[in-house]
Amino acid sequence: MTMKTLFLTTATLIAGTAGMAAAQQTVGFSQIGSESGWRAAETTLTRQQAEERGINLQFSDAQQRQENQIAAIRSFVAQGVDAILLAPVVATGWDSVLEEAAEAEIPVILLDRRVDSAEDLYMTAVGSDLVHEGEVAGDWLVGEVGDEECRVVELEGTTGSSPAIDRATGFRNALEGHDNIEIVRSQTGDFTRSGGKEVMESFLQAEGGGQDICALYAHNDDMALGAIQAINEAGLNPGEDILIVSIDAVPDIFQAMADGDANATVELTPNMAGPAFDALEAYWADGTEPEKFIQTDSTLYTQSDDPMAEYEARKDLGY
Amino acid sequence: MMPRTLSRILPQALTLLAVVALVSAVFPGFLDVDLVNGRLVGPAVDVVKRGAPVALLAVGMTLVIATRGIDLSVGTVMAITGAVAAWTIGAGWGWGGAVALALAAGLAAGLWNGCLVAVIGIQPIVATLILMTAGRGIAQLITEGRILTFNDAAFAWFGSGSLLGVPVPAVLWLLTAILVAQLMRRTALGLLVEAVGINRRASALAGVNARVLLIAVYMASGLCAALAGIVATADIRGADANNAGLWLELDAILAVVIGGNSLMGGRFSVAASVLGALIIQTIDTGILLAGFPSEYNLVIKAALVLVILVLQSPNLGAHWHFLRSQMRRRAEPAPAASPQGPGAQPRTTPAEEARR
Repeated sequence: MTMKTLFLTTATLIAGTAGMAAAQQTVGFSQIGSESGWRAAETTLTRQQAEERGINLQFSDAQQRQENQIAAIRSFVAQGVDAILLAPVVATGWDSVLEEAAEAEIPVILLDRRVDSAEDLYMTAVGSDLVHEGEVAGDWLVGEVGDEECRVVELEGTTGSSPAIDRATGFRNALEGHDNIEIVRSQTGDFTRSGGKEVMESFLQAEGGGQDICALYAHNDDMALGAIQAINEAGLNPGEDILIVSIDAVPDIFQAMADGDANATVELTPNMAGPAFDALEAYWADGTEPEKFIQTDSTLYTQSDDPMAEYEARKDLGY
Repeated sequence: MMPRTLSRILPQALTLLAVVALVSAVFPGFLDVDLVNGRLVGPAVDVVKRGAPVALLAVGMTLVIATRGIDLSVGTVMAITGAVAAWTIGAGWGWGGAVALALAAGLAAGLWNGCLVAVIGIQPIVATLILMTAGRGIAQLITEGRILTFNDAAFAWFGSGSLLGVPVPAVLWLLTAILVAQLMRRTALGLLVEAVGINRRASALAGVNARVLLIAVYMASGLCAALAGIVATADIRGADANNAGLWLELDAILAVVIGGNSLMGGRFSVAASVLGALIIQTIDTGILLAGFPSEYNLVIKAALVLVILVLQSPNLGAHWHFLRSQMRRRAEPAPAASPQGPGAQPRTTPAEEARR
């Protein structure tokens, strides 16, 4: 009796999934959590993208725990989803669960962060090139100041974190060969507004009340927003007396650009799911295997890019 | 009364002077103060302004530590009160409502901690750890996980405004410290707090309502944390639930310890704790001004704090006397070393004397 029920249930289930798969693809998404506004925006955009493409998205929030992510992937495999999106919380320890997915022939796409597993265990990784982001910011500054002398201060991210290291490297790459631009002070603001404000105050004190500073490069927008307040309170005009370029493109920096307080930002797009779904759709259509790394665009936005419209477009994404 | 207070805070004052001298050596313009647009501007002014959150927390923390407790939740309470303030302004209640609700939230947090410690009897470090970890979640619930920004000039005044040229945060911590210190010393309150800290049972038997006193002390700490939260939130014109006050409870405890207060409770000095907060902030600002690579920040801070604490250690005085007597004994052998000699008798150090 029990056996019979089990068989029947299984049969119904299999029939059910098969029927659904024909109509609609199901994709499981294991998200890290919602530790930052950017992460929340990524979740919102992934849901939006899935809805637009008619994909059934199974969402799982891991609340910063790898064991939750592994459990989520196992349950996706058990459900027999058509693909899995994974934003891994850490880089290590994914081999066995990725093998399980590979055995079930479910393609896995990594979002935003990478893992140290063998490349054949996942289909592709979608992410931003952090060094390139720094280069875009640096190139903008090089173009903006031309041949004039320019003393730059830098607000670094959390000391030792990979975004801080890569964004510093990229910026320096772009400045190479432009001896008129010099980074005179560099200090960590811990990626926070208050950190950016406090450190900027000390930069202003140390550099002749800010008269000797021509530009500020901040590793993220939040620090730039804090620094803008410090510059304002020192009686200078941010965006004019001191040029400001930062990275991330959060909504508030567009507001600052619309007010003329900030000059440029480089977008770290939260739309990682778009390229991932593109790759999946190509794969489903004719089996095209994508490259192992899909780099998202690092778009530069300046005051001439209608910052108010960009602000309106972003403010409801959950930043 | 006054000379005793002065001699109590003398080591901290000297330490502060030494740190200021050190920073001035690295950054010569440290003590320069200019008047720009009717407000004082300069690195030293930044120190008294930036030091506000830790100084405010240290005032409350001093009282808690004097009762032999500890309040680990103050950094988180800053985040909660900041979130409450930003939310209130967003809801259109103006700066008055924001300040009132934020202070109320701080008092509520203190009441919670106080009840856990005094009524239920949980150890203070555990009781306040609960709010420390859970509180950031509460703050994130209020801000819905984003940085709640606002544009209320009146409320922003608490963070970046100035009163007669002096930054408002500096005025706030100075007033709070003076008020609390006077309240403690002009009334018997300070004595009662110390009594509870030294022996709660004995003071309860002597008629002190230790339970109410403990709750009141944690509420005072919550109130100070709320003020610090208001300052931090007004400063960046936004409530950052993830980062506001992060790890500041540790800086506040450090300030109290540098202030020469014993973690075992008992005698305390609010003035010395506040000086401790200023010492920490002078080190922080000095490091920023010196322009070292950021990898060195924490190492330099740790090294300086270590030197300060070692110099203040009561044992060091004893060791110093011991070493000196040893050297004297070596210089003039056998006959001079009598059992009544300075080395043979354990001597009380100035620090121990001060504690009595």
